[in-house]
Amino acid sequence: MDKNFAARRRRDLIIAAVLAALAALVPLFVKDVYVQNILILTLMYAALSQSWNILSGYCGQISLGHALYFGIGAYTTELLFTKFGVLPWFGMLAGGMIAAVIAMALGYPFFRLRGHYFVIATIVIAEIGLLLFQNWEWAGAAMGITVPVRGDSWLKFQFLRSKLPYFYFALALCCLAWFVTWWLEDSKWGFWWRAVKDNPEAAESLGVVVFNSKMGAAAVSAFLVAIGGAFYAQFLAYIDPESVMGFQFSLLMALPAVLGGIGTLWGPVLGAAILIPMTELTRSFIGGSGRGVDLIVYGTLIVLISLALPQGLVSLFSRSKAKGATR
Amino acid sequence: MGLLYGLIAVGLALIFGLMDVTNFAHGEFLMIAMYVSFFLFTFFAIDPLLSAPLVAAAMFVFGAVIYLLIVRFAMRAKTNAGMVQIFTTFGLAIVLRGLAQFFFTPDYRSIPQSWLGGKTISFAGIFLPEPQLVGALVSIAAFAGLYFFIHRTDFGRALEATREDPGAVALVGIDKNRVFAFGWGLGAGLVGLAGAIMAVFFYIYPDVGASFALIAYVTVALGGFGSVFGAFAGGIIVGLVEAMTALMLPPSLKSVGIYAVYLLVVFIRPRGLFGSM
Repeated sequence: MDKNFAARRRRDLIIAAVLAALAALVPLFVKDVYVQNILILTLMYAALSQSWNILSGYCGQISLGHALYFGIGAYTTELLFTKFGVLPWFGMLAGGMIAAVIAMALGYPFFRLRGHYFVIATIVIAEIGLLLFQNWEWAGAAMGITVPVRGDSWLKFQFLRSKLPYFYFALALCCLAWFVTWWLEDSKWGFWWRAVKDNPEAAESLGVVVFNSKMGAAAVSAFLVAIGGAFYAQFLAYIDPESVMGFQFSLLMALPAVLGGIGTLWGPVLGAAILIPMTELTRSFIGGSGRGVDLIVYGTLIVLISLALPQGLVSLFSRSKAKGATR
Repeated sequence: MGLLYGLIAVGLALIFGLMDVTNFAHGEFLMIAMYVSFFLFTFFAIDPLLSAPLVAAAMFVFGAVIYLLIVRFAMRAKTNAGMVQIFTTFGLAIVLRGLAQFFFTPDYRSIPQSWLGGKTISFAGIFLPEPQLVGALVSIAAFAGLYFFIHRTDFGRALEATREDPGAVALVGIDKNRVFAFGWGLGAGLVGLAGAIMAVFFYIYPDVGASFALIAYVTVALGGFGSVFGAFAGGIIVGLVEAMTALMLPPSLKSVGIYAVYLLVVFIRPRGLFGSM
């Protein structure tokens, strides 16, 4: 068993490295800006979903309020940049740290809640954040912040002529989130989290400090999501509260992980790779009518996938593997 | 207004609270009920007040059908049951919104004239808008009815038993699907009542449900899952808190008060005010 586990982890790492290398080569062949845009969003959502998966998938604390951390990352970066001239790179780190601190501060009372009460609390806190930002004059209120154009530069992480730098950053972020998950999966924390998810009382009695392990998961998860938010703000060069903190973001972060396989290493990547292009394509090919056909198609697909594969798309792979083993 | 929130929440209290099935399409049920009421008025000139029972009946069928066609299968999932329910009903909500846009267009509609619309009644020097007043009365009646139904009839007991242990229930000869389909129908029917009354004084558009759905969840959770009386109390508290926040903070922040009170309550009582689960 242990040997298999170690072998699987090594294989996962190799597959990830190959995939990342292949992904890095994609822009050599794909020059179309529209397609590049979809690829960037796919990578970003894969990274976000992977981060969400740490808290909600591995540790089992379903959060539908991660848009809060996403928005904090975006706003910290842009407020520091536009008001104080701090480079986005530092803003990004600051945003991540603030998000992690807030996640722990909120975790203190929140992690005592169970089930629906916890989920609703996470939705509600993100909604409070949204409303506060919409009414915060200094931060642009509902109008948001437009990032001033200063020309292409890595220093300011701003590129007008090409989307490639954004692509590589999104890829790097996705790899980082994947690697953090991979690394944590086999760490003391990873085992604690799974124990907490399966049976918190039993875990506690075996010496797992349930509360601390939830806090750790929340902090890591929030930090990575906030980095994603900072990236998104730089990528769009414009943010407003609804577009970075809206409830739909919390769902869009959770959806790839759920469709791909919640609490699995590959689920979020797989889910994002299928879901995000699907969303964008239905929107642009049949959404133009403005009559909601894209919504009908999109919603139907979500219903069908969640009903057909409750364990996510990843289960397709493991099922075929299990069959191979018995043969 | 609190009793109206209660009225919207009562259907959810049944589906989400008593049957423990997450329904993210609750707001969309409300939206459909409002449209049904609107079309009954436009094409057949039936006043929303009269059509309310019709809307409720239509929504009953709709809710039961949704359960039998979709939700039944979502509940079968052995793993991640909660997430499957969340995302199945979330997908359903998107489909319903898309369908509403497709057939009814995204235009804002309203019922221009009705028996109640725009009228006020003066009661001991306080002017109350009639639609809200009727909504409040219907709300009290609906809660009383549901309370009686759950605690005094065989069906209500069957419903709670089915949630607790579907396997044991099957052994004593209760068809789980029939009980839950009826429960979903009833929940949707109550939303139908709410929708018919809301249609009198609120704009009707495909996204209208979203703005009420979250407040409905908070109302149910505030009162505590599994408690009809809790949802009723939750509705009143939410209405009062909203009115008070509106006095102290700018109107755009009025929901903050509701959310803050929810957090405060569950921090002190992690199962809501009257929750049993």
